[in-house]
Amino acid sequence: MLNFESFVDLPLIWYGLIATAVFLYILLDGFDLGVGILFPFAPTDQCRDRMMNSIAPFWDGNETWLVLGGGGLFAAFPLAYAIIMPALYIPVIIMLLGLIFRGVAFEFRFKAAGKSRRIWDDAFHFGSLVAAFMQGVIIGAIVQGIKVEGRSYAGGAFDWLDAYSVMTGVAVVFGYALLGGTWLVMKTDGETRDWAKKCASYVIGYVAVFLAIVSISMPIMNADIRNLWFSMPNFFFLLPIPVASLVMLIIIWRDLHAGREYRPFLLSFGVFLTGYLGIAISMWPYIVPFEITFRQAAAAPESQSLLLVGTIIMLPVVLAYVGFCYYLFRGKASHESLY
Amino acid sequence: MLENLDPTLLARIQFAFTISFHILFPAFTIGLASWLAVLEWRWLKTGKQVYADVYRMWVKIFAVTFGMGVVSGVVMSFQFGTNWSRFADAGGSVLGPLLGYEVLTAFFLEASFLGVMLFGWNRVSPKMHFAATVIVAVGTLISAFWILSANSWMQTPQGFRVGADGLLYPTGWLLVIFNPSFPFRFVHMITAAYLTTAFTVAGIGAFYLWRQRHIAHARVMFGMAMIMAVFVAPLQLVLGDLHGLNTFKHQPAKVAAMEGLWETRQGAPLVLFGWPDQQEEMTKYALEIPKMSSLILTHDLDGEVKGLKEWPADERPPAAWVFWAFRIMVGLGMLMIATGVIAIVLYFRKRLFDTRWFQYSCMALTPAGFVAVLAGWFVTEVGRQPWIVQGLMRTQDATSPVIGTSIAISLAAFIIVYVFVFGAGSYYILRLIGKGPEDAQAAYGDHGVEKPPIVTELTGKKGEQHA
Repeated sequence: MLNFESFVDLPLIWYGLIATAVFLYILLDGFDLGVGILFPFAPTDQCRDRMMNSIAPFWDGNETWLVLGGGGLFAAFPLAYAIIMPALYIPVIIMLLGLIFRGVAFEFRFKAAGKSRRIWDDAFHFGSLVAAFMQGVIIGAIVQGIKVEGRSYAGGAFDWLDAYSVMTGVAVVFGYALLGGTWLVMKTDGETRDWAKKCASYVIGYVAVFLAIVSISMPIMNADIRNLWFSMPNFFFLLPIPVASLVMLIIIWRDLHAGREYRPFLLSFGVFLTGYLGIAISMWPYIVPFEITFRQAAAAPESQSLLLVGTIIMLPVVLAYVGFCYYLFRGKASHESLY
Repeated sequence: MLENLDPTLLARIQFAFTISFHILFPAFTIGLASWLAVLEWRWLKTGKQVYADVYRMWVKIFAVTFGMGVVSGVVMSFQFGTNWSRFADAGGSVLGPLLGYEVLTAFFLEASFLGVMLFGWNRVSPKMHFAATVIVAVGTLISAFWILSANSWMQTPQGFRVGADGLLYPTGWLLVIFNPSFPFRFVHMITAAYLTTAFTVAGIGAFYLWRQRHIAHARVMFGMAMIMAVFVAPLQLVLGDLHGLNTFKHQPAKVAAMEGLWETRQGAPLVLFGWPDQQEEMTKYALEIPKMSSLILTHDLDGEVKGLKEWPADERPPAAWVFWAFRIMVGLGMLMIATGVIAIVLYFRKRLFDTRWFQYSCMALTPAGFVAVLAGWFVTEVGRQPWIVQGLMRTQDATSPVIGTSIAISLAAFIIVYVFVFGAGSYYILRLIGKGPEDAQAAYGDHGVEKPPIVTELTGKKGEQHA
């Protein structure tokens, strides 16, 4: 039977791959959810059409990374999947319902006329907002730890809900708004771009504040995280992460005012990367904080091996044609109906 | 009140609801994607505008349906964990990779090239666009391959061992993927999807013919759909029969429920209609044909067919559900075959496109495929109960540690949202059908978009021919 256990560290590879898939999801769906968050604040309906068109060819593929993250977690770390999903039952389902509303809005909006178009404008905005907020709540709940007994979730239905997870929920909404705003700066022109610039530079301040709150609060809440970050020499090795984050935020702000259109978006990716790395390092080596490590949750090595073969073959292919799609639909979006 | 609800039952209802809603969309898009590929191929080959028009009309319907399939499908990828976490834990090492492969080999492919298919008219050549359509069609088939393999494994598990920790571990991947019921279920489902699409298209084509609108386009739709009814509907009978024999071999309790048979006997009758009563362990008011069940299942008038009493009461599926769902599916299949036969007769009398009563009949059968697909899935899923993995794990042992109240509320939320969202989707699809193929082009004009070059090119070609 296919088994690479003796050659490579399968659980570690899969931990990395799942973390990467989740990160790509956050980045990619992040910018299109962000567009949805900013949607009602746009100055004109024409702007809104442009905003929608700028992401219409991509949102479906972006959301597939969520399915890969969920499906991959099930495949590579079934125990973690089996504990996290019941623990986060309510926020996960609310997030999914939000994604339903905003997903169908793409198709329905251009088919609806007059008043009913409003319904789908709202569906797109509130769906995106709720999905983003719930994703932030989920992150906030996970970093605070999940109650486990044996191989099952042992907490209550509302353990995920507290002031901290609400705060991370709001933080993710602002983070996605930054991604969405800088995306629009890159992908639109004229009035829409100018407005998006304003939005993005407005949101940057909030993003900085929330990043600071999360960075300070996590070491305070958890002794292990405190020791990890503030012991020597770790402190100096890890210091570049928050510093890079701060520097990138400043550059984005300056770029937006200097009229650069591409770099703010790419640097927003960078800001998310540093934030994600910061959390990932703090969680190490847990996959269900602070109960189950990724090694304990790993699927059978045969399962991880089989999936690894598929991933090594398919992932470059997937990345290639996803890249091809982004290339094909490059340039500025128009406001005319694509459908 | 809510505390008294049985979480297992609620979880089952919720899963049945979300998966039933979801399967409607793939059942339609699998067939539609393949048909669109054929249409575009015909168009590239013949240069006939009518194919392009029909393609353009149906690709919009495809887009709406596909969008609804995606969002309801994302829900499914989480339901394993939210509703069946103990199953996810125990079976993850075996089933997880199959689902992982589905995402890697199908979902990204579909999602990426759907963008090209819908928005790429102005950006890629006609050939590349055709390639995108074909890729999307192939993607839907690959997706069906993996998910049906996973489902079939739950029906006829093999290629695994039960570890000391009670979890399942794979021992042979080819055995897992190509488990005994998989080839039959896969072929049966793909054919069902093709028929679902064919009868939907036939119904709408018949509607236009009846209203005498878009006649040229309607003939393409109706004619191609009838070809499917003539050839594929009878084929489905054969495939379904083979699938049934496979089930008889591996899941005899399911077949006993399908047939409404309680006693094991030689020369078992075929119960046409009746009411299987779980408590009294008999099928009431049965209308029977002697020895037919034995003949169908064992190809011998006196062959032995096991009855439900062969299994202890807590290992029997709820017979009435399975029995009636099976009859609905088979009944609709028979109507589809009859449609094909009538179509042949009318074709040779040169009355295929203008027989009014046949148009009514086809319009009435528009949803037939959807109903048959749902009924078929009820047969196979309810018929597997009380097991989630046949003979290995009971459904009641697979649930998540989530309280009934949470499940009940989320179930209510799913019902409200699905009815609203998918009701709106159906409304927009009906409006697209109301507009019909020719107006589809005017709609492009309304939005001030330049005519897609593909059409312009074609008009050019036509002009040359005239000249």
